Amino acid sequence: MKEQAKHQINLEESVIAITGLEKSFDELDVLKGVDFTLYRGENVAVLGKSGSGKSVLIKIMVGLLRPDAGQVWVLSKEVNELKRKELDALRLRVGFLFQSSALYDSMDVYQNLSFPLVMTKKQLTKKEVDQEVYEALDAVGLTEKVNEMPADLSGGQRKRIGIARTLILKPEIILYDEPTSGLDPITSGEINNLIREVQERYNTSSVIITHDLTCSKHTGDRIAMLLDGKFIKIGSFENVFASKDEAIKSFYNYNFIQESHARIS
Amino acid sequence: MSCHFSDPLNMNTTGSRTYLFTKGIDSFLKGVTDASTFTVRFFKESFLPPFHFHEVINQSFEIGLKSLSLITVTGFIIGIVFTKQSRPSLEDFGATSWLPSLMGIAIIRALGPLVTALICAGKVGSSIGAEIGSMKVTEQIEAMEVSAINPFKYLIVTRVFATTLTIPVLSLYCICVGLFGSYINVHAQEATGFVTFYHNAFSSVSFLDINTSVIKSIVYGLTIGLVGCYKGYNARKGTRGVGRAANQAVIVSMFLIFLEEIVIVQITNWIRYY
Repeated sequence: MKEQAKHQINLEESVIAITGLEKSFDELDVLKGVDFTLYRGENVAVLGKSGSGKSVLIKIMVGLLRPDAGQVWVLSKEVNELKRKELDALRLRVGFLFQSSALYDSMDVYQNLSFPLVMTKKQLTKKEVDQEVYEALDAVGLTEKVNEMPADLSGGQRKRIGIARTLILKPEIILYDEPTSGLDPITSGEINNLIREVQERYNTSSVIITHDLTCSKHTGDRIAMLLDGKFIKIGSFENVFASKDEAIKSFYNYNFIQESHARIS
Repeated sequence: MSCHFSDPLNMNTTGSRTYLFTKGIDSFLKGVTDASTFTVRFFKESFLPPFHFHEVINQSFEIGLKSLSLITVTGFIIGIVFTKQSRPSLEDFGATSWLPSLMGIAIIRALGPLVTALICAGKVGSSIGAEIGSMKVTEQIEAMEVSAINPFKYLIVTRVFATTLTIPVLSLYCICVGLFGSYINVHAQEATGFVTFYHNAFSSVSFLDINTSVIKSIVYGLTIGLVGCYKGYNARKGTRGVGRAANQAVIVSMFLIFLEEIVIVQITNWIRYY
């Protein structure tokens, strides 16, 4: 693939390593022994049905949720062993794009982007902050929206601003939670391209949580199929969907039909 | 019903949940425990840097401006109405000259702080509950956390400080406006002068009364801020949860304000007479 040739994956350096991860909520076992590795410079798309624990997985990676068992190493730090300050230092190196974009609705676009910078890098001057904000907006192609409120933006624009806010802290890893959910196929395609552009321009490693086959194929160097709380197959898109596993086949067929419908309509 | 004391409030033994008492009592106890933990965390985080003074000032302005017009109107009307209602009883004893003193005691000791607190519980408490609740359900609070910003310090500590600082000021303002309303009524009937009215009104209240009034308002402010933030911070289940958080912020704050009023009045009376 042309895009894949532009970035380098270092298979000797893992940025995220997870072993035996388990998580349950009340009576519901969501993750049942997940093992996973993300290498530097790599994008992995995690595919799975809604409610299969994909979002829980990435929330555990940034310490928003605590696992019941297992170990999560991010940039050589055991996330669950970190104190507040250490966790904050790690979070500055890991970006997170929420499914809903989670823009601060009482702030305009400029404030949304400058807020994390001003709060975490207090030594920056106003000029430097401005420069960083415009650079991040330029990366997502929305410099003209700098004074708009989030409520005035379209779904795709909100996602782009969300990505810009993630980029502003210059993370080494980006975790995308359903980046194309709720978007039309054209806007989804733009977001997919943007995810690839970010990977190439900033040399980031990413985990992309999705149930969208096109998104996973376009953005992921590898695909990890999460079913019944475990990864049942990890590999290239072709490799995963060439599997004879009934669950994978039915997921592929169902999504293929859904996406065909979306394209036709 | 079986009882397990190792994890009485959230137990999952054989796939079904068992309770220490009943579901309602257990959930009430869990609520009290959570609220206490939240309060302890507030006091702990209040003394740890970084301090967001600018945000405290912003929030104080927001709260003050939001409530000022309502407090002005309510305070003024209460001053007039209470004076009008008290007049006939005092007239029976030929004691209308005591009206300024009576109104001074009533407004400074009880009405000013209480009315301000109730208005703020409705207006500010619900607004804080809804704002924080909406940030919670739209993942804005988690977005702060993943950006290495402590949302508890930035959102909760600043708002609680703002209510704690602003409500006493609003309360003093309400007292002034209430007394002015009372003066208008007294002046219309007896042509009492402005200075004479205020001199009489304040000559009946002691330093203890004014101190208690301020302390009461600080306690009410703390309560409104903490309850609003707690309810918002624990909002769940989408927009319905936000509405519920705002609603409960008002109800619980008002209930606690009345409880605190009783306790503070009792303590003040002990101090006054012993």
